[in-house]
Amino acid sequence: MPMVDMGWLREHVEVPENMTYEELARDLVRVGLEEEEIHKSDVTGPIVVGYVVDATPEPQKNGKTINWCHIDVGDKYNAVDEKGNKVPRGIICGAPNMKAGEKVVVTLPGAVLPGDFKIEPRKTYGHISDGMCASERELGLGDSHDGIILLREYGFTPEEYEALKPGDDAMHLLHLDEPILEINVTPDRGYAFSYRGIAREFHNSTGAAFTDPVTDLNDRAPQLEEQAGGSHDIDVIIDDDNPIHGVVGCDRYYARALHGYHPGSPTPNWMRHRLSRAGMRSLSLPVDVTNYVMLDLGQPMHAYDLDKISGPIVVRRARAGETLVTLDGKKHDLDPEDLLITDSPNGEQGSRILGLAGVMGGQYGEVTDETTNILLEAAHFDQVTIARSARRHKIPSEASRRFERGVDTQIQPAAAQMAVDLLEKYGQAQPSDTPRDVNNVQRIRPIVFKASEVKRLTNLDLDINEISDILTDIGCSVAGGGNGEFSVTAPSWRPDLTQACDLVEEVARIYGYDRIPIRVPHAPVEGHVGLTADQLHKRQVADELAEYGLVETLSYPFVGNADYKNFQIDSEAIEKVSVEIVNPLAGDRPFLRRELLLTLATTIQRNIHRGIDNVSCYEIGHVYLADPNAPAVPALPGAVKPSDEQLAALDAGLPDQPLHVAAILTGNAQDDGWLGDRRAVDWTDAVEAVRRIAGRIGASIELDQSKPEEFEAAWHPGRSARIMAGDMQVGMVGELHPKVDDALGFPHHSAAFEIDLTALFGTLSNKPVQAKPISTFPPVKQDLAFTVPTSVTAHELTEAIRKAAGDMLETIELFDVFTGEQVGDNKKSLAYAVTFRAPDRTLTSQDSEAIRARIVSQAAALGAQLRA
Amino acid sequence: MTFDADAVASSVAEGIAAIEQASSMEELKAIKSKYAGAGSPMTLASKAIGSLPKESKKEAGKVMGKLRADFGRAYGTKEAQVKAEEEARELAAETVDMTLPVTRKPLGARHPLPKLMEDVEDFFVGMGWQISDGPEVETEWFDFDALNFGPDHPARQMQDTFYVKGNQAKDAAGFVGSNMVMRTQTSSDQVRGLISHGVPLYIACPGRVFRTDELDATHTPVFHQVEALAVDKGLTMADLKGVLDKLAVAMFGPEAKSRLRPSYFPFTEPSAELDLWFPDKKGGPGWIEWGGCGMVNPNVLRSAGIDPDIYTGFAFGVGVERTLLLRHDINDMHDLVEGDVRFSEQFVMGE
Repeated sequence: MPMVDMGWLREHVEVPENMTYEELARDLVRVGLEEEEIHKSDVTGPIVVGYVVDATPEPQKNGKTINWCHIDVGDKYNAVDEKGNKVPRGIICGAPNMKAGEKVVVTLPGAVLPGDFKIEPRKTYGHISDGMCASERELGLGDSHDGIILLREYGFTPEEYEALKPGDDAMHLLHLDEPILEINVTPDRGYAFSYRGIAREFHNSTGAAFTDPVTDLNDRAPQLEEQAGGSHDIDVIIDDDNPIHGVVGCDRYYARALHGYHPGSPTPNWMRHRLSRAGMRSLSLPVDVTNYVMLDLGQPMHAYDLDKISGPIVVRRARAGETLVTLDGKKHDLDPEDLLITDSPNGEQGSRILGLAGVMGGQYGEVTDETTNILLEAAHFDQVTIARSARRHKIPSEASRRFERGVDTQIQPAAAQMAVDLLEKYGQAQPSDTPRDVNNVQRIRPIVFKASEVKRLTNLDLDINEISDILTDIGCSVAGGGNGEFSVTAPSWRPDLTQACDLVEEVARIYGYDRIPIRVPHAPVEGHVGLTADQLHKRQVADELAEYGLVETLSYPFVGNADYKNFQIDSEAIEKVSVEIVNPLAGDRPFLRRELLLTLATTIQRNIHRGIDNVSCYEIGHVYLADPNAPAVPALPGAVKPSDEQLAALDAGLPDQPLHVAAILTGNAQDDGWLGDRRAVDWTDAVEAVRRIAGRIGASIELDQSKPEEFEAAWHPGRSARIMAGDMQVGMVGELHPKVDDALGFPHHSAAFEIDLTALFGTLSNKPVQAKPISTFPPVKQDLAFTVPTSVTAHELTEAIRKAAGDMLETIELFDVFTGEQVGDNKKSLAYAVTFRAPDRTLTSQDSEAIRARIVSQAAALGAQLRA
Repeated sequence: MTFDADAVASSVAEGIAAIEQASSMEELKAIKSKYAGAGSPMTLASKAIGSLPKESKKEAGKVMGKLRADFGRAYGTKEAQVKAEEEARELAAETVDMTLPVTRKPLGARHPLPKLMEDVEDFFVGMGWQISDGPEVETEWFDFDALNFGPDHPARQMQDTFYVKGNQAKDAAGFVGSNMVMRTQTSSDQVRGLISHGVPLYIACPGRVFRTDELDATHTPVFHQVEALAVDKGLTMADLKGVLDKLAVAMFGPEAKSRLRPSYFPFTEPSAELDLWFPDKKGGPGWIEWGGCGMVNPNVLRSAGIDPDIYTGFAFGVGVERTLLLRHDINDMHDLVEGDVRFSEQFVMGE
């Protein structure tokens, strides 16, 4: 994001002399230009100018040649010889461009360079090197590490260079001691990607006097008459046969030539310095100038070698099959939506591609070291066209960043004028007075703006003149106003201002958000208030499990092959019904979970690896069930309510995303320490948790162990069950398969469950419980022990007893289960304590005998025999 | 058998003296048997009264009554005392160390993040708002287009979106995909809420959102937001500021307040960054970034078929992780997302 140098900013707006960068940041933030960071140099001196007195090449065994140099760094820092005389310091330098007579930058012992690089005298190549000659990269000034900084090449005038004396502070000379403000610009404010725009905002914030540089540049730019006739620098044809959304890709193309440029003219030091502070490398004067103009005015520009271009220049869309190698050396297959700048060699119009418009130039036609005649391009391109090309080819550039946010449609002549001025002054080039300006820019549509909108949206009670003044100050032209309604035309640099509410924001932010009053709205109490039943039940489940002793955790929903393997899942089968992410953070986990257990297991594992025992955790979260046959989700425009069919189509394509709860219990289920009760986790702990959940929310569930061969392979086939709500399976509970325990490093018999809460909540009526009357007649208590085949479940026998006993049964409790020789092979004994009670009378012994007889006969149907 | 009043009196006096020396029920019972049991001088004397001349009987009976009463009173008093002492001894013998840890049914723990979301929900419910939620894998229409992020909007590319794989659909810019994303913001629930509930609408949408940020001390690719949306006649930025101030106080105490800074979101206009005045900020009270907000953009209302000339609305979103980090002085996001039980256990049931 843009860097703000206070010196540069002062070219356009009166920034107080003693202002700090912190104060500048504060003033800009108030109008919406957020501070990203104030960069402060982490370099400390002494870093000084040095004069190379001598440099003796010393070839080394490793093939390198180093120079043993004596460098004059001024009286203050020079070395002292035996006789007490100040003498140049001895310094070893491996840079190929080191030679006697140069003025260089010397970092002396005590200096600290970026990366906490401390400079100390050190013994190397048989000498004591008493300092270091620095490259740009070593000082954090840029990427260049081809050699050390030679101040001769640093853009000083001959007089300035002559004036540099050994021992001069190079920190200040190279501006190493100056902070710089980096700001964040929101996507609507393309104009703030320029000093011109930031200066205007500083004016808006503080009232400081602002001078728009474009006014003066426009005055000096050649005034063009109707161009159809007279001669001009080059022909330009805009031929867009594939506009996006009906918008022609280029609505203005301004080209201006310069002749007789002195090739290789150096970039002046001040410009180099400003570019470097903006994070841009100095390349050549023409390129530096176009970059400088872009940073200053916000207009991206391109400089061509005029002699290599064959007119006319044609701005057109790419054709299928065309390719372009961009400046960065990358080859791109072009798309018919890409907008190109082309020229016309051999009279073939638009046959040679010069670049991807507004994004990046190609390799042909660039300004080179030999260029003497230059063609400057300052154009205006469609935001969408540029955004798509930058996105398609993954080459966001400084130019595309500005074009896709919107560039001023009226500054092209001024930008070219500024570039021409600089190239004339520093490169002796002669500007033409016959630029070509193809200008099809549409007139900006005025916004009908009721002044009352300010009050309606912000509750600010502003005078109509105040509103008009603010809008005028930000560059709008404001007409009308008599009946409280204005016709407001946004300035050419504010394509984001299209609706009345946009103007309200401008008024409110300049007037000050802090001056908006404060009021608390009252929501109307209509229909349902409070949490929904499902929202309440979700909390109850969460609280219940924590009260039961489990710890709530959260995990990322991303899974992959390793997780499937741990859980014995066929990855090919599950991937088909899983949501896959195009750009996952971890390439090996590109899918979304269909079960919480997979990611919860990773949490448990992490805890165990950290040396924690008895880890039992639960998680509540969504799972994602993709349907490979789901219809495609349509793309629909915004700002229009879709039809009911379209809305249904949007949802139909989405995967089901039910809310689940899952838990994994490991280690000891019970361990009360000195009390001595200790017991390892098993299936009972998971079952109890599930039953508590059901009890807490009033759900009725049953466990179904039938057909264990159909269980997922992650479960212990003999110690797991489906959780059923009526006929619907809502989950699984039991012990994990020992293979899963082994894969995850869990103890055997670790228990788990997973419940589809969306489904379970759906079974609840959420109606008040209807209470039964409480009988005060005496109970009859009996114990009944049955021998049953092991295939009969406790649940089946209990239900048989319940059914046989009917309304008289008050409670039934299974108090003993055993197997062994006494009961015989494939049999088990189940003993129940039952209580009978009638609502309206005392039960007689005949009554209880009759009930008992019914129970015995009902139980017999299951193969159960009452034990004596 | 003779009746010797003096002898009986002396025996009873001896018995009473013995009672006073006794220190256990056994001793007491032995004394009772010796001085008041069969064969004791008191019993013998009572029997001897029968043989006394009639005129002496009454006097003797009186004497015996008094002696018996004296003995009984002394005995009763001592018995109560000894019993109390014995009980105290027995109970003292049962003394335990009550500071021993007792964890037969230890509590587990809630994770502070969902718990904080519940607090935030309760804040809104307390104002009469409803809580709504939408899907985490969301259509691009609800996550972007309906919120005025057109397919070519630069902000749409800046959201660090996780895209869902697919090859059946084309987006409006012609790029092939699924037209589904992991929702980048709970704002995706805004238009869902407006379409399903209509206006006036006062809803808060807490939930999980996703961005392609690597996990580090301050970022996590999976995080949580609470979105608030109110659409009604006559709502202004003043109402927005009012609700924000109240939420700030609910989360950070009576000193907290909010501040708005101009900013940009496609789905609000005017838009603002939301700063929080945090009294307990390390190194002294100060403003910190908390979320984004603004007046609902007319295009968003239009996406839900609501007339922006009649209705206005405000919306804001705050990060739940950020709120938690600040409130509980948590310095590393890893602690929040790794699921280490020691982290959750500090919060117990989240109170």
